[in-house]
Amino acid sequence: MNSYETVFILTPVLSDEQTKEAVQKFEGEIKKLGGKVTHSESWGLRKLAYPIQKKSTGFYFMLNYEGPSTVIADLEVTFRRDERVMRFLTVKMDKDSLAWAEKRRAKMGKKKSVEAEA
Amino acid sequence: MAQNDVRYLNPINIEIKKNKYCRFKKSGIKYVDYKDADFLLKLINEQGKILPRRITGTSAKYQKKVNKAIKRARHIAVLPYVADMLK
Repeated sequence: MNSYETVFILTPVLSDEQTKEAVQKFEGEIKKLGGKVTHSESWGLRKLAYPIQKKSTGFYFMLNYEGPSTVIADLEVTFRRDERVMRFLTVKMDKDSLAWAEKRRAKMGKKKSVEAEA
Repeated sequence: MAQNDVRYLNPINIEIKKNKYCRFKKSGIKYVDYKDADFLLKLINEQGKILPRRITGTSAKYQKKVNKAIKRARHIAVLPYVADMLK
C-alpha cells in the first residue's frame, strides 16, 4: 500500500459543477481500483506559466491517496481518456514528502482559518 | 636606485572568500516540494534555468532533489521552461 499524490489541471472553460463532477469521477475511480483518497485539495483557477492547448489558465487539483501499485496504470488511462484534463502528474510519496505534506496541510489549515476569521 | 616597491594606482581589493554552505543541510529541509513556486524561484535564474551548484553551493544530494522538483514543477506549468526577466 503505497501513498501517491496526483496534481492535475482541468481546462478553464468548464463550469463549476463540471469541475466538481470531474473531480468526483477521479475520486470514484481511485476507490473503484482499491485505493483510498486521504486528502483532496483545489487550488482554483490559476495562471499557467506557459500556454497549454492554447489556454493560459487552468483549474488545479491535488489528490493524495493510498493504494496498491496497480491503481496508477488504470487511473492514468482514465486521465488520458478524459479530454477535460489538460495535464496530470502522479508522484510516489516517501517518508519525507509525507511529513512535508502534513506540515503543509497544517500551515494551509492555519492560513485558511485566518482567512475565514478576517 | 630603481624603485623596487611597485606602487598601484588604486588599492587592490582582496576579495574576502565567503564560504558557501548548503542551505538544505543548514535549515534541515528534507524534501523539496515541486508545488511551491516561490521557494523554487530562488533556485533558478531570470531565464528560468536551474542555478548550478557552484553558485548556490548546495550539496549534490539536494541538488538532485532540486532538479527533480523543478522539472516536475515545469511539467505542471508552475514554473516556465523558458522565461525572460522572471524575477
